[in-house]
Amino acid sequence: MPAWLTIEEYRTLTAVCERLIPADQTPGAAEAGVPDYIDGLLGAFSFDPPRIWAGGSFSGRHGGLPGFARFHRLTALDELAWRTRIEGSLGRPEREFNGVVVGLQERYREGLAALGPDFCHCGPDEQDLRLRSLAPFTQLVYDHSCEGMYGAPEYGGNRDAVAWSGIGFAGDVEPRGWTDHEVSEA
Amino acid sequence: MDRPRGIGGVTVDAIIVGSGPGGSTVADILTAAGWSVVIFEKGRNHLIDLEHPYRLADDFSNDEIKFINRHFLGPDPFLEPRTFRTGPEDGDHSFVGDVNSIPSTVGGGGTHADGKVPRFREEDFGLLSTYGPQPGASVADWPLTYADLEPFYADVERRIGVTGDAAANPLAAWRSGPYPMPPGPSMYGAVLSTAAAETLGYHPYPAPGATNSVPYDGRPPCNNCGFCAFFGCPIHAKGDPVAMLQRALMTGNAEIRPETFVSRIRTDGHRATGVDFIGPDGVERSMDGRYVVVAGGAVETPRLLLLSGFDHPLIGRHLMVHFQTIAAGGFADLRFHAERGRAVTHLHDDALVPDDPSRKAAAQAGLPWMRGGIVEHGGTGLPILEAKLYRWGPTHKENMRRSPLRDRLWAFTMQGEDLPVATNRIDLDPTVRDVRGFPVARYTYKPHRHELAASAHHGPRMAAILEAMGAEWTSVVTSPGSVEGPGGRASVDAPMSRHVMGTVRMGEDPATSVADSIGRLHQLPNVVIADSSVFVTSSGYGPTLTLAALAARFATAMVS
Repeated sequence: MPAWLTIEEYRTLTAVCERLIPADQTPGAAEAGVPDYIDGLLGAFSFDPPRIWAGGSFSGRHGGLPGFARFHRLTALDELAWRTRIEGSLGRPEREFNGVVVGLQERYREGLAALGPDFCHCGPDEQDLRLRSLAPFTQLVYDHSCEGMYGAPEYGGNRDAVAWSGIGFAGDVEPRGWTDHEVSEA
Repeated sequence: MDRPRGIGGVTVDAIIVGSGPGGSTVADILTAAGWSVVIFEKGRNHLIDLEHPYRLADDFSNDEIKFINRHFLGPDPFLEPRTFRTGPEDGDHSFVGDVNSIPSTVGGGGTHADGKVPRFREEDFGLLSTYGPQPGASVADWPLTYADLEPFYADVERRIGVTGDAAANPLAAWRSGPYPMPPGPSMYGAVLSTAAAETLGYHPYPAPGATNSVPYDGRPPCNNCGFCAFFGCPIHAKGDPVAMLQRALMTGNAEIRPETFVSRIRTDGHRATGVDFIGPDGVERSMDGRYVVVAGGAVETPRLLLLSGFDHPLIGRHLMVHFQTIAAGGFADLRFHAERGRAVTHLHDDALVPDDPSRKAAAQAGLPWMRGGIVEHGGTGLPILEAKLYRWGPTHKENMRRSPLRDRLWAFTMQGEDLPVATNRIDLDPTVRDVRGFPVARYTYKPHRHELAASAHHGPRMAAILEAMGAEWTSVVTSPGSVEGPGGRASVDAPMSRHVMGTVRMGEDPATSVADSIGRLHQLPNVVIADSSVFVTSSGYGPTLTLAALAARFATAMVS
């Protein structure tokens, strides 16, 4: 079950992400879990602690104790910032000290609806046409897809670091780091 | 903490606002002399266990989402926005959001820097006497010389822990001794770009770095993880001000109060008496102090002085931000793996020293003289940043595998000298507020034509080095001008550099300066400014070591 999206929205989002970063000889956004990254951001506050900042110091992928999956607790102010960013200001004065904020949840709900309930069943040309006609929303999903694809797997995307291995990128490398030789030679 | 800390009628010796390299240097020196200090930091603490300061925190990580996309080091641009305009013709402001903010966290800007900490050159302290005036700019000499500051440069290089090779840079100022540590390993791309630069007559050298190359002060050497610029160091090998804050805390004379915003410096008309602050509980309180040291950086420091009602007409003026010129080159046959190493391992200083071609370019531009800045040899190793540069669709993954804009790209970034101009300033925005209800800092800024001319001259010279290296394409962009700032597309006019200086200018004459040569406000001598706000001119070197050396000079004057 998605953390925040409806099943139908999740399905549309999966089709969108896969069109933005399609599979070729290596997995695309859908298989890499990018929709889960985005859903995890939209539903960050259904987790405790909220899934905003992964922990440190190490992931365990290159030695050390794994700490990324232990998300940071938020201070009251940071919770205010992230709830406002995600949920919008919703008419609450403490969130509107510089005006109304449209939240990510609203942008996704409206954007996915505007792509149409049949989006997953359209051919690639029709999908591209619809994505181009909603350029600001498509840009938002693309930016988030890049984060989900190439960010740390603990945020829900880049499953099993599949996107990193696809581009020959080691990802987080502490505490192993790189040897002086690996830094200075081709 | 056994010792009472300035609440309930007890006065601390010094209240320090800001825990970055400036405030930390002051805290280190004052506490060693037995002074009691309280350090206020508006950001969170992810650096040190404040109860057991020998223990360092484990919050930093190799995590691009957390540090680049989600403001982990702060400030959050929703809670604490800034505003920008190029001039009154833009109205109250043309942009609201993140305007080149420096981390707001315990350790300040030191936590995110990749630790390049060069000294200035001798003439940087006497630009007016060396080169003369520039029309439309307030070029002036500093009220101190390089020789005055040299002992403090040497002192803070030891406190922070700096690597370097004293013999490697023929254009460097004189120094009284070697660097505390030898340089770390050269990045592969820098091996190639320094060789190309040398064939064209430039003088590249290993960047003086605040990243340990050997165990230092109980902290390990850098292991080249590559998540350096804009990231906190997971193994604490960086000379962010961690060592100085640890030492200050371990004297038992210091306390750090994170998540606490100082909203006002209180005065009795002649002297400061203390500060008002708002802690994590949101309640406003006051604290008395014999001295108030302001080290919030060149944006937040003048903001606090203005919020306090201080009325010197030059507060906030002569804002300077290094003018960045970036020459990038693409290499079909090379992979630079710039995700390994200290982000930038080499610099060259040639653009800081006028030569015949730059004198000629200055004359053609109708300028009496022209200076660029340090040129950083670097690449990029961040795949999310790269991915957003490519088009979405079927070509995306092939681009990411070929990686023309990350793994096959090498670049020079010049941190160009920005002349002091009185109309470039920080003031309080008339309408935008921070989450606590206080007016935010507003930039009013446009570059002097000196910066544009210097950039136009040095950009192609940097591109020529890339061509000598074998680049199949090169491209030159600038910030401000063509690169969007951290605030996105709306902030192209806002400078991207985090090297912000000069808003509380120092000098001997209270009519033309706000602070004196030991950092004291002329009007309130127990208020000391310990950050890059006091810079008279910007030089073309990163400001961190110089601001720390000034802070050491000012703190030494306080205790003697």
